[in-house]
Amino acid sequence: MQELLPQEQINAWKERLAGHHHPMELAVDVLRAIQDHHGWVPDTGVELAAELLGTTPLRVEELATFYDKIYRRPVGRWVIHVCDSICCWSRGAEEVVGVLREQLGIGFGETSADGRFTLLPTCCLGACGEAPAMMIGLTTYGHLTAERIGEILAAHRREVGP
Amino acid sequence: MSNYPQVLFKNRRPGETVFLDAYVAAGGYAGLKKALKTMTPGEVTATVKAAGLRGRGGAGFVTGLKWSFFPADHPGEKYLVCNGDEMEPGTYKDRQLLLADPHQLIEGMLIAAYALQVPVGYIFLRYAYEDCARVVEGALAEARRAGYLGPNILGSGFSCELRLHRSAGRYILGEETALLNGLEGRRPNPRSKPPFPAQKGLFGKPTTVNNVETLANVPHILVHGADWYQGLALTEKSAGTKLFGLSGHLNRTPCVELPLGVPLGEVITEHGGGVRQGRAFKACLPGGASTPFLTRAHWDLPMDFDALAAAHSRLGTACVTVFDEGTCMVAATLNLNRFFARESCGWCTPCRDGLAMVSWLLEKIETGRGVQDDIAMLQDQLRNISGRSFCALAEGAMGPVEALLRLFMDELEDHVKKGRCPFR
Ligand code: SF4
Ligand code: FES
Repeated sequence: MQELLPQEQINAWKERLAGHHHPMELAVDVLRAIQDHHGWVPDTGVELAAELLGTTPLRVEELATFYDKIYRRPVGRWVIHVCDSICCWSRGAEEVVGVLREQLGIGFGETSADGRFTLLPTCCLGACGEAPAMMIGLTTYGHLTAERIGEILAAHRREVGP
Repeated sequence: MSNYPQVLFKNRRPGETVFLDAYVAAGGYAGLKKALKTMTPGEVTATVKAAGLRGRGGAGFVTGLKWSFFPADHPGEKYLVCNGDEMEPGTYKDRQLLLADPHQLIEGMLIAAYALQVPVGYIFLRYAYEDCARVVEGALAEARRAGYLGPNILGSGFSCELRLHRSAGRYILGEETALLNGLEGRRPNPRSKPPFPAQKGLFGKPTTVNNVETLANVPHILVHGADWYQGLALTEKSAGTKLFGLSGHLNRTPCVELPLGVPLGEVITEHGGGVRQGRAFKACLPGGASTPFLTRAHWDLPMDFDALAAAHSRLGTACVTVFDEGTCMVAATLNLNRFFARESCGWCTPCRDGLAMVSWLLEKIETGRGVQDDIAMLQDQLRNISGRSFCALAEGAMGPVEALLRLFMDELEDHVKKGRCPFR
């Protein structure tokens, strides 16, 4: 298993948090840093974040389980958040989900056999003018069609993950 | 197509972001200079109040009035927070604004910070707006280098820091007290009011929360004056322009800047290119997922705060989502309600349990298993939930449900009578 956060990043966080009036303001950033490096936030990640922030693991857990973009379970290399809110729904989100399920061979909450993709529903991505839309990592893709989805997935498959 | 004055989008170019040089060349930061060099903080607030600017985040509260409640003379720590959470389905205008012209927000925040005598401001951005976050980061760095941001701004003696906060998803963070909890690194449930944020907000200090588009209007008001701003709107009692984010069954779904008071029918036919595939217009959400539906009967309705309230709806964020004649309104309402049920923070029972119940009832009816009693139960839930929840989320969630019962009762009954969805 990959380390939670490289030592130099831990040191950098310690320094940054020590000079901060309200370290907890950075709680989400610390969780996101651990997730960026480790892929998801395990119990030990919650503990590390608590230690860095000078708070209790429970306080961190309250946050980690609240936000839907913090993953408390293992996920694939890429998490696909496909929008099922009203604008995307009105422009074919249900079909888009069908295409994703078929092309990935998984349902919501599952990870593809090659470990590359996890599929999750999400509420509105703020891309309603380009509906239907989905987000992979921090990138939003709009105007989805079966063909475009195929191209996007293929491009991600070509990229070699760490 | 009507050519209306462009204020917030005047510098917008497709696919481009206006950064500092171009912003200043187009007259940017003149409002900040004017405020710092020629006006007292009280005069700035009075000008914004006289302009009649109302919050562009959904609730539509008068911005200058909100500022006038703020204890600007309170010594020590106080905060200004920009609410860039924008997670209401259908609403994406702030993203368009930030990507096109981010310095408007920064300038607006600095002017607001001066009016409120606030030394620190936060820009709270949702997870999905990473593109905006990068643009805002770049613009903040530029503003700092140019002396618009930081200590002793433009030699005026006024100092202000602005910080960017990235969030990690959840609609409830758009509620201002939940947002403050989120910023503080607490579990983001809403707080009980009073005390209101103006007295006890972020880190227990006086705080004002304003939406992105609201703050972006402020520099223009200072440069051109309150009367000019009032005159931009098409209806007597409203003021200014508004960003309309179009979506749903339209031929075109752009985000456009139109005067407040523009008729709904014009928004749909001229700016959205009409309903797609030549179909007839059936209904729309005028301003996001929590605003009660409008129908063909509202075609000539001016899109402003008062006219929409009179039509039993709300202007909300003025992001219009259109449904064509082939749309099942029960299915649409079910989709909307599932969103709210999922995004409920779970703090209070009417919302946590009530919305789940409403989703269950709507799903039962939509899938042809509904009985007449289920419609009556929906009506009960409307009474049980509305006005009884801890924050406005549940109330907003019931907006479309209330409109469904009021405007589309025939469709609900048709589902029950036929034992299936008549649109499938
Ligand atoms: S109304 Fe819903 S979102 Fe608001 S406090 Fe209650 S449970 Fe939370
Ligand atoms: S409804 Fe899907 S991006 Fe807004």
